[in-house]
Amino acid sequence: MMEIVLSLGIGVLAGSGVWLILRPRTFQVIIGLSLLSYAVNLFILAMGRLRMAAAPFVSKGSVGDSLHFADPLPQALVLTAIVISFATTALFLVILIVSRGLTGTDHVDGQEPER
Amino acid sequence: MNRVADHLIVAPVLLPLLASAIMLGFGEGRRNLNAAINVASTFALVGIAVALLRASDAAPDGVMGVYRLGDWPPPFAIALVVDRLSALMLLLTSLIGCAAVVFSLAQWHRAGPHFHALVQFLLMGLNGAFLTGDLFNLFVFFEVLLAASYGLALHGAGHARVKAGLHYVVVNLAASLLFLIGVSLIYSVSGTLNMADLAVRISAVRAEDRALLETGAGILGIAFLLKAGMWPLSFWLPMTYSAASPPVAAMFSILTKLGVYIVLRLWLLLFGDQAGASIHFGGNWIMLGGIATVVFGAIGALASQGMARLASFSVLVSSGTMLAAIGFNDVGVTGGALFYLISSTLGIGAFFLLVELVERGREPGADVLAVTREAYGEDEMTETEEVGVAIPATMAALGLAFVGCALVIAGLPPLSGFVSKFALLTAALNPSGASPGGPVPPASWALLVVLILSGLASFIAMTRAGIRVFWASADRSVPRVRLIEMAPVAILLIFCVAQTIQAGPIMRFMQATAQSLHAPGNYVRAVLGHNRKDEI
Repeated sequence: MMEIVLSLGIGVLAGSGVWLILRPRTFQVIIGLSLLSYAVNLFILAMGRLRMAAAPFVSKGSVGDSLHFADPLPQALVLTAIVISFATTALFLVILIVSRGLTGTDHVDGQEPER
Repeated sequence: MNRVADHLIVAPVLLPLLASAIMLGFGEGRRNLNAAINVASTFALVGIAVALLRASDAAPDGVMGVYRLGDWPPPFAIALVVDRLSALMLLLTSLIGCAAVVFSLAQWHRAGPHFHALVQFLLMGLNGAFLTGDLFNLFVFFEVLLAASYGLALHGAGHARVKAGLHYVVVNLAASLLFLIGVSLIYSVSGTLNMADLAVRISAVRAEDRALLETGAGILGIAFLLKAGMWPLSFWLPMTYSAASPPVAAMFSILTKLGVYIVLRLWLLLFGDQAGASIHFGGNWIMLGGIATVVFGAIGALASQGMARLASFSVLVSSGTMLAAIGFNDVGVTGGALFYLISSTLGIGAFFLLVELVERGREPGADVLAVTREAYGEDEMTETEEVGVAIPATMAALGLAFVGCALVIAGLPPLSGFVSKFALLTAALNPSGASPGGPVPPASWALLVVLILSGLASFIAMTRAGIRVFWASADRSVPRVRLIEMAPVAILLIFCVAQTIQAGPIMRFMQATAQSLHAPGNYVRAVLGHNRKDEI
């Protein structure tokens, strides 16, 4: 059950994200990138296998037995990935605002398409 | 090895980090001090890279040393590894960095805030990515250099830069997400992120997990090939590179080589001869993609109207040639390709710097006008009697530098571009393992045709641009060029000349590098320690 919920969640986030980054407005693109990074973060966590009620560290009495604890590495990776994607999204937001100020439009090409 | 030499390995990462932190502390008010720190740090990086290169060439197995951060036992934590290839890339990066920094001192470093700090961050990310032996650490260094490159791409601002920068950032953010997906898929199957450990474990991956592993490697490959600019992942590249300010564009010419470096390193390490069922996974795709990139780049170069766009498409031709040669999977071809990598990067770096000097004296849009005139056959009937006019010294120097760039990029004798293409083709027509006099494989013919035709296309494009700039416009004003701007271009070209003169020893080094890449046993043993010797 947990697997289905998680994979559906990742799928919905990734699908919406891909749809949004293909849209022509910069705001849609930035939301799409954020959704995609949520999907990827969940995906990394899932790659360390899904475990219920297992701490990612070694407690007394369970040393060396991998059955008693969850894989800590993907959690560390996710933490790094969250920080980095947060920072780069903030940076992108600045560029987005600069572009809006310079061109007067929020189209990704800096100009409205000619009709 | 003594202790100082040990810590030299981590210096290419720490020094730029320290330098940029100090510069950020000083702030924008003290630009001259920041410039001095930047120059000092970049030149120190050249010195460090030369020391590492000499040490790794002297080391018996080609691996100069492994720096274990935190001193954890081998497969755990992060290790920095210096072998011939990483040392070579470090040297190339710092040389291009020096040229770009010195060039920017004339005027470009005043065009926007924090230029010097961003350059040092970019160098830190590049050096770290060349040194690291860990996949996730590679991602972190990638993000460091990308964050710096976003800032640098926008350096100088302006409409074109912001528009190109927006696309550049979106494409690279999406590629970073693909990178993460690939890394986590590989981790889920193999349980390790250490590249050397991965090379050992990859043959032992269970048959039912192999599809997942190859999917992960493929997705990871897309992220790197996008950096390398492989067709059809390269449409963002010409616009970004030609819009960037010249010193930044020169530094960016090394960014595509980072993508090429990682494909070279990881593909030969993970999917070399010991990879079991996954042997040479995706090799044909790298080769075909490389050839398509060369074709795309050559056509783009022919169609370019501005010189900056011509330089950007030359970047594509260069990385396409590298990829096609890597996909060929032959020791001799890889050696020739490494020689080509150095010569083409130096040539293109010099060309990006030169373009701005040449264009300085011309009114904007002159190239477009000239092409339109050619297309519509409108001859200029206003030719004056210009016979015997003395060429100003500046124009002569610029023209000479332009000829040098054209020879290196198009691969014509006598400069290093020719030597490298000659070495590549000789090795491709006589692949190791084939009997002498036997039939030449079709892949060799493909490489031959593509290399020669792309050289011809670059030559035509460069000649046309040169004629238009140096001969056709008699009424142009001579650009005001300062020595500090001309010197970096000249130095980069002198390196190309030196590479031609010293072709023998350099080629021996490249072949040794290629041999250790194709037989990664030494690399794996050096990283994992000698207790794992029996496993590979």
